[in-house]
Amino acid sequence: MIKVILMLGVLICASAGGEIAMTYGMKRTGELDGFHPRSILRFLSRAVRCSWVWLAVPLLAISFYSLLILLSWAPISLVIPASAFNYVTGTIGAKYLLREHVTPKRWLGVVLVFLGVLLVVSTG
Amino acid sequence: MSHEHRLRFKTLFTVLLMVGCANVGDLLLKRGMTHIGAVHVTPVGLKYAFFSTVQNGTIWLAIGFLLGFTLCYMSAVSWADYSYVMPAGAFGYATQTLLALVVLHEAVSGKRWIGVFVICIGVLLVGQTKPNTTNPPQVAS
Repeated sequence: MIKVILMLGVLICASAGGEIAMTYGMKRTGELDGFHPRSILRFLSRAVRCSWVWLAVPLLAISFYSLLILLSWAPISLVIPASAFNYVTGTIGAKYLLREHVTPKRWLGVVLVFLGVLLVVSTG
Repeated sequence: MSHEHRLRFKTLFTVLLMVGCANVGDLLLKRGMTHIGAVHVTPVGLKYAFFSTVQNGTIWLAIGFLLGFTLCYMSAVSWADYSYVMPAGAFGYATQTLLALVVLHEAVSGKRWIGVFVICIGVLLVGQTKPNTTNPPQVAS
């Protein structure tokens, strides 16, 4: 069980760091203006020129491989909800790094999601 | 339809698509990794796991769905807050648990279902807040 928790730690850190870097990069890239292939290509070509996206990519790759390792060790109904531990670190990162305004109602929702995840993980 | 209603609808649609792709992708990853077997965290074990995963068709199919998820995610966070998109995607835990039960025949206890229910209430609360609380994004020239 210790190796599962350690690998979860790697997954959560890499995932939260990667997602925050990706979000910052996407805010700088700008909004996708439609689902037409040309719009998607324009959007992707803007995204690959952003250095924050390139910081996010290796972090998300580490997160993906730690997920694969975890899935080879434990049931999916435990691994996937357990990975939601990054909700708290992610929301704290969104508030302090991305300067998003997190309302009390949204905090309450995030806390409930976190408690639900704890309940799910405790059954593992 | 007001701008805020349009924004809510667009965000909801993208998040639902994102959750569907993530669920199917994760399910296929589990299938693939079950076929490969438990990964040993040693240089040899990790090397073996790496080559086994790149040669596994189910893993590649899963990656296709996860690319769909990534595109939806990247798109959603370009107009909506990260702290909105991320918890809203938690709705996928309920559908993922259901898929684990139905498709993979995993044992899901009552306590785990209560946990999933609490997650869904949290998601509903998050969904009632404004999707964007920061300045409008600037498009790179």
